[in-house]
Amino acid sequence: MKLESKSPEGPLAEKWTKHKFNLKLVNPANKRKYEIIVVGTGLAGASAAASLGELGYNVKAFCFQDSPRRAHSIAAQGGINAAKNYQNDGDSIYRLFYDTIKGGDYRAREANVYRLAEVSVNIIDQCVAQGVPFAREYGGLLANRSFGGAQVSRTFYARGQTGQQLLLGAYSALNRQIANGKVKMYNRTEMLDVVVVDGKARGIVTRDLITGKIEAHSAHAVLLCTGGYGNVFYLSTNAKGSNVTAAWRAHKKGALFANPCFTQIHPTCIPVSGDHQSKLTLMSESLRNDGRVWVPKVAVKGLKAKDAKSIAEADRDYFLERKYPSFGNLVPRDVASRNGKMMCDEGRGVGATGLAVFLDFADAIKRDGRDVISAKYGNLFDMYKQITGDDPYEMPMMIFPAVHYTMGGLWVDYNLMTSVPGLYALGEANFSDHGANRLGASALMQGLADGYFVIPYTIGDYLAGIGWNDKVSTDHPVFKEAIDTVNSRVQKLLSIKGKKTVDEFHRELGLTLWEYCGMSRNDAGLKIAKKKIQELRTEFWQNVDVVGSANELNMELEKAGRVADFLELGELMVDDALDRKESCGCHFREESQTTDGEALRIDNDYTYSSAWEYKGENQPEELHKEELKFENVKLTQRSYK
Amino acid sequence: MKITLKVWRQKSKDAKGEFKTYQHDHVSSDMSFLEMMDVLNTQLIKKGEDPIHFDHDCREGICGMCSMYINGQPHGPLQTTTCQLHMRTFKDGETITVEPWRAQAFPVIKDLVVDRSAFDRIQQAGGYVNVNTGGVPDANVIPISKKIADEAFDAAACIGCGACVAACKNASAMLFVSAKVSQFALLPQGHAERKERVEKMVEQMDTEGFGSCTNTRACEAECPKAISVANIARMNREYFSAMVSSYEVKVGGGE
Repeated sequence: MKLESKSPEGPLAEKWTKHKFNLKLVNPANKRKYEIIVVGTGLAGASAAASLGELGYNVKAFCFQDSPRRAHSIAAQGGINAAKNYQNDGDSIYRLFYDTIKGGDYRAREANVYRLAEVSVNIIDQCVAQGVPFAREYGGLLANRSFGGAQVSRTFYARGQTGQQLLLGAYSALNRQIANGKVKMYNRTEMLDVVVVDGKARGIVTRDLITGKIEAHSAHAVLLCTGGYGNVFYLSTNAKGSNVTAAWRAHKKGALFANPCFTQIHPTCIPVSGDHQSKLTLMSESLRNDGRVWVPKVAVKGLKAKDAKSIAEADRDYFLERKYPSFGNLVPRDVASRNGKMMCDEGRGVGATGLAVFLDFADAIKRDGRDVISAKYGNLFDMYKQITGDDPYEMPMMIFPAVHYTMGGLWVDYNLMTSVPGLYALGEANFSDHGANRLGASALMQGLADGYFVIPYTIGDYLAGIGWNDKVSTDHPVFKEAIDTVNSRVQKLLSIKGKKTVDEFHRELGLTLWEYCGMSRNDAGLKIAKKKIQELRTEFWQNVDVVGSANELNMELEKAGRVADFLELGELMVDDALDRKESCGCHFREESQTTDGEALRIDNDYTYSSAWEYKGENQPEELHKEELKFENVKLTQRSYK
Repeated sequence: MKITLKVWRQKSKDAKGEFKTYQHDHVSSDMSFLEMMDVLNTQLIKKGEDPIHFDHDCREGICGMCSMYINGQPHGPLQTTTCQLHMRTFKDGETITVEPWRAQAFPVIKDLVVDRSAFDRIQQAGGYVNVNTGGVPDANVIPISKKIADEAFDAAACIGCGACVAACKNASAMLFVSAKVSQFALLPQGHAERKERVEKMVEQMDTEGFGSCTNTRACEAECPKAISVANIARMNREYFSAMVSSYEVKVGGGE
């Protein structure tokens, strides 16, 4: 299989414009003859479904939640980047492009990243026109703030709920098309397979989560906007329902899966409090502007936050300030996370579990006063107190890294099409724009760029190429076969009646990945993980207990299907991490570090995106490499000393 | 901690429901309410029983999916979502009663899961600005005073969980609907359609079978996002103004 990125030729700044002109168009009268399926209704899915409906296509949209408004995009806190340069501080499309590709440690495609920066300005205009209440200055113009990895203020925000407001904007546009009859919405419906006929994606198979009915839907094209796979770790900042199933089933039908080992771990989350823990809550990284990160110099077993004061100043190790004097507590996410874990591995972690470090505001409160700190972080302090019962005004917070975002995903070309013609992946579900590490406030930007401003252009090229009469009905034997396969899988899960719950398997998988394929990875550990995951997967299919029946709302059954897919994905993540023997971005290979213990990229051997091809049950996947060419930026090593 | 739970169990929409009592002896005060339910469910599964179904997703208080009526209050005793309620709020040995949202317009699907699609249909009736993607003016063309933008945000912060309906003795959806109406009535982008919008959304609200507002303010008291009843007052003003001027248009021979 040859990977064609379809990146246009020509100067960087003209690529997208030229490409748009070269794309075939579907005439307005013919658009209504096409049907498009959109799976997932987060930022990417809702914006795509709405925009395609506006153009005149007939859209069917699906989400597993009770309403499209629940998609996990809603939980994004910080903001959305755009190269508006409203602050007159030297921002430009090129600078946003440069920051993003550098932040991704040079493992993303130049043309895609530039386009993302280019359309970022349109996103803000669009959202404001929809009535998104962004933060404003007293003069009435839009406010900005700065975020990690950038030296300009280009982040637009709506208090700490930017994702919510952007999603509700896209949801309102989607609702408008539902009311207009151009989008048919299927809530509480989960996609369980992609149907491929004659090498093209022709539709999907779904399960109605309330009645259990398995159904086929056909269309001219299928868009997967199904988010990331961070929940493979069991504990993450993702919503409980977030899963890889749609993307994974597409992978098994021929779509290549790219850079699966690139998972972002966020340094400032509330630590695990016990075995009952079901998810991890993020505390905005802005806290590191004023909070100082430390652990005791000598291990103190079970040190509680309220007893932190008993550790004298001289006995504290402000390890980030010590190791990175120029960036201090503001080193990038991956560096902060890794160092926090290192302290805990040395046994110097704090709290009942020893898996936490302190984030201390005492000095900031002494310096600026409680009111100033409260104005900056009041809502975060309240949230922290609500969850932990500790008051951060009186004692340090305890934080620990948590899985937050996945840069890897389905491989797509410049048109966002996967390696299966007619099958697209948008937003976090694809791999395209963030390389080996995503900068803050870029996820919202990418989801909306893909949905509002990329897919409406690129899909026309494919549709015009195949013609509106090139559609396969759900009566086709391949659809029937797909329904049977999904049905028998459901029956199989229910019939095992083993001894372990779905969550027990999921937790075990998560611990294995966290231990061996988390913040730092090495050859021996990854090989252990591979074996453990294989064994766990075998055990799952012999010993899982899924109660209830197929023809009702059965949340255990839903979870079982998703965990079964995670058990396969987990092994591919490990394979990918084994292959990439360099450190880059989020991926720290212990074998590849500088003499002072920092990540060492190996550009000569690893300047490629890994794209894995499924070869059948329990067969090793085949690696395809998309070589990354950098014509506009010079590759440099990051340093934060 | 040890607690006793009285939980509403109902197999399906049309099945007869009943309270079932569960003894839960493995509760940590650090657990969230939903984690306490997870642990109980694991015990039920181990005994071969059907776990208690409840809606949840983000577990950080923003998606609006979780929806338990705990000891007679939506989302329990604190003004927060169920997922952000922790067991340290309760006493050791306490008996806790858990029900689904109770409203005609929110039929029970199973156990504690209800159908809130009525909310989606109200939004579809007019909860948007009629703009297509592309072709919009620069974001800074229309200045909006910070005060107005902040007030619009306060209304837009609604998470659509339905606690307002569950709290109301009339099962009224006025707080939910008025939050969206207010957001667009405040922002200039919503002005062109403000009259049609409020008329359509109120009409859909009535069609769905929500009750009337009698100003008890229970909705505001229970709202996890502190949406103010001032929005209801604003919606009433918008609605009267729309009705009056629509009438004038018709008398004047407009459309």
